[in-house]
Amino acid sequence: MLEIKNLQAKVEEKQILNGINLTVNPGEVHAIMGPNGSGKSTLASVLAGRDEYEVTGGEVVFRGENLLEMSPEDRARKGLFLAFQYPVEIPGVTNANFLKTALNEIRKANGQTPMDSKEFLQIMKEKMKLVEMDKAMTQRSVNEGFSGGEKKRNEVFQMAMLEPMLAVLDETDSGLDIDALRIVANGVNALRNQERSFIVITHYQRLLDYIVPDFVHVLYKGRIVKSGTKELAMELEAKGYDWIKEEVGIHI
Amino acid sequence: MTEDQKIITEVTESDYKWGFISDIESDQAPKGLNEEVIRFISLKKNEPAWMLEWRLKAYRHWLTMTEPVWPNVHYPKIDFNDIIYYSAPKKKPSLNSLDELDPEIKATFDKLGISLEEQKRLSGVAVDAVIDSVSVKTTFRESLGELGVIFCSFSEAVHDHPELIKQYLGSVVPYTDNYYAALNSAVFSDGSFCYIPKSVRCPMELSTYFRINSAGTGQFERTLIIAEEGAFVSYLEGCTAPMRDENQLHAAVVEIYSHKDAQVKYSTVQNWYPGDKEGKGGIYNFVTKRGLCAGTHAKISWTQVETGSAITWKYPSVILKGDYSIGEFYSVAVTNNYQQADTGTKMIHLGKNTKSTIISKGISGGKSQNSYRGLVRINRKAENARNFSQCDSLLLGDKCGAHTFPYLEVSNKTAIVEHEATTSKVGEDQIFYCNQRGISTEDAVGLIVNGYCKEVFNQLPMEFAVEAQKLLAISLEGSVG
Repeated sequence: MLEIKNLQAKVEEKQILNGINLTVNPGEVHAIMGPNGSGKSTLASVLAGRDEYEVTGGEVVFRGENLLEMSPEDRARKGLFLAFQYPVEIPGVTNANFLKTALNEIRKANGQTPMDSKEFLQIMKEKMKLVEMDKAMTQRSVNEGFSGGEKKRNEVFQMAMLEPMLAVLDETDSGLDIDALRIVANGVNALRNQERSFIVITHYQRLLDYIVPDFVHVLYKGRIVKSGTKELAMELEAKGYDWIKEEVGIHI
Repeated sequence: MTEDQKIITEVTESDYKWGFISDIESDQAPKGLNEEVIRFISLKKNEPAWMLEWRLKAYRHWLTMTEPVWPNVHYPKIDFNDIIYYSAPKKKPSLNSLDELDPEIKATFDKLGISLEEQKRLSGVAVDAVIDSVSVKTTFRESLGELGVIFCSFSEAVHDHPELIKQYLGSVVPYTDNYYAALNSAVFSDGSFCYIPKSVRCPMELSTYFRINSAGTGQFERTLIIAEEGAFVSYLEGCTAPMRDENQLHAAVVEIYSHKDAQVKYSTVQNWYPGDKEGKGGIYNFVTKRGLCAGTHAKISWTQVETGSAITWKYPSVILKGDYSIGEFYSVAVTNNYQQADTGTKMIHLGKNTKSTIISKGISGGKSQNSYRGLVRINRKAENARNFSQCDSLLLGDKCGAHTFPYLEVSNKTAIVEHEATTSKVGEDQIFYCNQRGISTEDAVGLIVNGYCKEVFNQLPMEFAVEAQKLLAISLEGSVG
């Protein structure tokens, strides 16, 4: 699905990623944890193709193609989805209209015919249930006036609608209360299957109680310094990041 | 004797010789403007003496005026003697099929979703008897006629309804009003006339009809709309299809007269040729549009979507004379490349309990300059007048400009006047968010801008709104980065 080799990137002359290696196979859920400023969100942005981030080395192969050569929209059309940490507002554009445009662009790029309104509404209705979303939300402008929790739920709803091959969740749990966290996690779990992969970026182990990962990686100073399974996340929760810093400090 | 002089001499000496027939191909006035030319125009149109008199008065007044320099637009000085003021509708080059059409224009038609039949009509392809515009026109006219609605060309109205023209022409926009209104009054070529009798609700948007009617719209148009007591009409002007015209200067006048309890809704989509990407060519559009709410509870709404012209100078206004009358102005003005727009409205509150709403959305891309200029005046006797103005500017890129010039003149203490203004940029973040959902940058800009204009588009009749949305996206192509 995704193969990251020695990925290096900088933003505004500051080197953030210092050689990331990560392989994600179909159906796997990888959690990426790490202290503030370790490069977690940068990794998400680089994968999605944000302009401000300059790749300075390494390669990324996504579904057999060179991801770094693709435009952001082509990455999305190929099945890469990023659930934003801070979703932006688009005033005057309804959620429904936005999603229909996005969905049909993706379908077009994959040689499918546009979905008609009736079918779209039907699917939207189903997916709204996944994240316990109110129908009125679809007629509101994209993220405008949404609470923090609503925005995150809306990201997962969009993911459910667009059915990506690989979803990157960038701190989707931040700012959520326990109920919202459960709803968001349920939405993600409902989308898990044999083919679809996830990269879940989080600061806290809490989310991983709900979305149980196959692998956990610790990112520190732009490198994955430790990988393990769910137990690693528990250990981090119990002991904090300092022991890792110390452990790594010896090696660096 | 030069060719021009010969024509003038012939015309002035030959007394109605060509009065009734004007089917000669090279049917145009000599270059320049003088009383002879105005007589020539009036003669060509076989106008009654009073009409010619009015034109001449306007012309003499125009001579005393100077060109306005206050708008925030810049262009080389216009030589008013280097313009041909009358030219009979030229035959468009006849194409045998749409395949012969300029591919760029064809692509725009397709993007706008204009039907093939209409594409043919707009581009001058010979159409079979599928759409016979003459018969369509007649059918409309018959059903409107049964209700007493008059809808015809201005020239026809001068002949068929002289009493109405005499009564209302210049009653809202007198020829003394401004430089371009005076010029228009002197030389106007043609336009539309619309009359809705008492208590009649015009059963159709006067749109399809108008589009059929106005394929070869003129350089100096004149429109007059009269709604009698309790009448209602929704009127559409213009067309989303790209309009190219060899005449660079356009100076139209629109007058609306709304009696007691009458409502007139006037919607425009204007897409004049804006010039090329370097800013060469393009139409100068200097328009005077004004409505008068003459009676109590009268209402006039202007909705405009402006995407064209190299230069736009236009302030659709409402004079709120009747007590409880309402004026509305909804506007989207888009400028791209090197376009300049100075547009807005005037709401003049004279009557008691009058109310006006202004929603203006300016969008600037490329190296364009977009100015909103609006006046809200509450006169001394206008008790309890209310105005709400919202002027938003949206910038695409960092080489364009947005300007807001609100003028508030309040002479009555009971007035409530609110003004809100915002300036925003289409954010990289918004575009990236759309990109990440599979939407290209071009489509993202279209989507974001359309969302931004929603309040105005909601005022447009459904089909028009859909076309306007597409038009907006096309107008903004290449506006970012």
